[in-house]
Amino acid sequence: MAQTSQDQSGVGTADPDEDSPNMILYRKIEQIVTRVQDETEGVPVRTVKSFLTKIPSVVTGTDIVQWMMKNLAIEDPGEAMHIGSLIAAQGYFFPISDHVLSLKDDGTFYRFQAPYFWPSNCWEPENTDYAIYLCKRTMQNKTRLELADYEAENLARLQRAFARKWEFIFMQAEAQVKIDRKKDRVERKILDSQERAFWDVHRPAPGCVNTTEVDIRKCRRMKNTQRAKKSVYGLIEEAQSHSPVHTSSLARKGTKEAIEKEIVFLNTQLDRHCMKMSKVAESLMSYTEQYQEYDPFVVSPEPSNPWTTDDTSFWELEASNDPGQQRVRKWGFSLEETLKDPAGRDQFLKFLESEFSSENLQFWLAVQDLKRLPLEKVADRAQEIWAEFLAEGAPSSINLDSHSYERTSHNLKDPGRYSYEDAQPETEQQGRRTSLEKFTRSVGKSLTGKRLTGLMQSS
Amino acid sequence: MRFSISPEMATQEVQPNETLSNLKAESDTLKTKLEDERAKLHDVELHQVAEKVDGLGQFIMKTRRTLKGHGNKVLCMDWCKDKRRIVSSSQDGKVIVWDAFTTNKEHAVTMPCTWVMACAYAPSGCAVACGGLDNKCSVYPLSLDKNENLAAKKKSVAMHTNYLSACSFTNSDMQILTSSGDGTCALWDVESGQLLQSFHGHAADVLCLDLAPSETGNTFISGGCDKKANVWDMRSGQCIQSFETHESDINSVRYYPSGDAFASGSDDATCRLYDLRADREVAIYSKESIIFGASSVDFSLSGRLLFGGYNDYTINVWDVLKGTRVSILFGHENRVSALRVSPDGTAFCSGSWDHTLRVWA
Repeated sequence: MAQTSQDQSGVGTADPDEDSPNMILYRKIEQIVTRVQDETEGVPVRTVKSFLTKIPSVVTGTDIVQWMMKNLAIEDPGEAMHIGSLIAAQGYFFPISDHVLSLKDDGTFYRFQAPYFWPSNCWEPENTDYAIYLCKRTMQNKTRLELADYEAENLARLQRAFARKWEFIFMQAEAQVKIDRKKDRVERKILDSQERAFWDVHRPAPGCVNTTEVDIRKCRRMKNTQRAKKSVYGLIEEAQSHSPVHTSSLARKGTKEAIEKEIVFLNTQLDRHCMKMSKVAESLMSYTEQYQEYDPFVVSPEPSNPWTTDDTSFWELEASNDPGQQRVRKWGFSLEETLKDPAGRDQFLKFLESEFSSENLQFWLAVQDLKRLPLEKVADRAQEIWAEFLAEGAPSSINLDSHSYERTSHNLKDPGRYSYEDAQPETEQQGRRTSLEKFTRSVGKSLTGKRLTGLMQSS
Repeated sequence: MRFSISPEMATQEVQPNETLSNLKAESDTLKTKLEDERAKLHDVELHQVAEKVDGLGQFIMKTRRTLKGHGNKVLCMDWCKDKRRIVSSSQDGKVIVWDAFTTNKEHAVTMPCTWVMACAYAPSGCAVACGGLDNKCSVYPLSLDKNENLAAKKKSVAMHTNYLSACSFTNSDMQILTSSGDGTCALWDVESGQLLQSFHGHAADVLCLDLAPSETGNTFISGGCDKKANVWDMRSGQCIQSFETHESDINSVRYYPSGDAFASGSDDATCRLYDLRADREVAIYSKESIIFGASSVDFSLSGRLLFGGYNDYTINVWDVLKGTRVSILFGHENRVSALRVSPDGTAFCSGSWDHTLRVWA
């Protein structure tokens, strides 16, 4: 094996991409794993006597779970087992008698992985390495090193795939066996298990998660996509890249224009008037409080949450034109809430009509719809809106202050989706201020006893 | 003989670098000044003020539906406005529309490329949009005729120069907003495929976006591999606010329901809350035991709860105001890659690399 002693840290050069998402994770795990093995603060790693043999350098699952609960502020052993299993699956420690990398809260023995094999070294071992490994295993006549079924299948597949260069692989395997024989027996036990655990990560047993799978969006920043992949057994391989790689089309350096733009941006931000944290907190809290009774995760919906009882009554009630008190109360929160609910929108429009003041809302709704049209219909519709609401003698004439009127008229010379942006605030505020209050008051009145269809009598 | 350098030559040699470093210095000074100004308004922490709020009770959240059918990692999902249908997309190249309530598959489209990283349901419920490694966003109308080949009616809308990371219809079937690995976001007219507005400013891949909840809102947020979350004006194409406190890629951004704040999930294993009025990060949701990245976040209807899907296969539920974790949900057997709360807040759905989707309530 092209591997030095257990304690030496991994292969070489400083990682140029220290802050890639994978690296950030590995560094965190490595910190934890180093702490767990610490002589004073960690778990005792010891040799255990078993039948006629000694098992070197192990800890129990319970040891690890207990340590994690104490040192990572975890209250639930189930959670500790879960995180521990993930750390094992990444390849940082392993059960000595199982290909399945998970952490159990019992007397199962675990061993820590050698830094040489750590994932942070960006291993992407080729199948030739794996073939050498499996081949080597068949040359060793020890029961503990017998191939599992899936390994035997893998070996057969590789023998077919590498039929032409099998002689070479066989020779490499023999060479590795020779090197291994020279090592001390105890050291060999440890190294063999670490090597096996390495392959459990990179060629996982069936049913196990392959933790080496990458998020393709993050691929291009990983080390080694361009360079030759290093071999576990010291073979010189040609540069091969099996995973699809994206070349970055972005210049990441700060150009002069970029920094100038940034300075303009920063100056704008400095001019911004911001809210104090205490006010922000109060605002967030009051919004949440107002809506909390409508939040199915906080207050169970009446009669029940369809997902938990399979009863769709709640949805039917929400869709009905005969809304209950809770739903109507929501309309009073804002104009937006009223309009979001189809029943609210209908009622509000009818109410405004009865007050002879529905044009503002009609205009507002028309402007909202304008923004939703396909591009080719926008110009015509914008003109229609002008004719309906703003032109001289318009059938649904609305009032704008002269400034907004001028701006809007100007916008319409080149009609677009945002032509009425300057007109909107006026009408929206007008609508909100007077009508909504009156509306919700009248709806509230009629809800105490009468059905909502009788709404339009009051005002 | 003395060799003299003419003043002109000297300044020409030195100028470009000097101006650049002067500009950088100016920019850094402004950044510090901005930090100081904002810090003056930071008179209290959110969780301190929230001490007077009642604590939340015990939660019983369970998987209520499991949607099986994808042959590979689920990468994205979205809810239909009808509160029960879902569209999901996968590395296997398939986009599936489900009635999540009955778990029936209603439509399935096979995309020409694998890794379909983005999908979205149209507001009308009559179409879905999707895309990924093909660098495009395509819209498929959903036919009621089960025998009809959906792929035939496909409309190619957006074209980027790198992978499509996210897409969303605006409040109509007629416009789509996209984000891409090419570092930009873009707004498109669906019918014509025309680019209406493009948004430049991220220095690396843009991974996620979310539209402001208000009907009148003309803004959206995006998050990227440059660790920045940006707020954009859809009309002008300008970045109007920017937040850079995460220590790694921002995988997910989602508006708080009032539209005044938003949450983000990142590979630095934290979720954070940013308030737009304070122009500042106002809360961090993290734990020593959470070391894997957060891939996807969403709020409950009132904004009291924040659900986060993580790369450690779990979903953590946070009390937004108090900053504490109220629940951890196990169930998925691989990374959670997508998470959305249903339109009426009665459930949320998670998609995972374990090929399944789960609906929780």
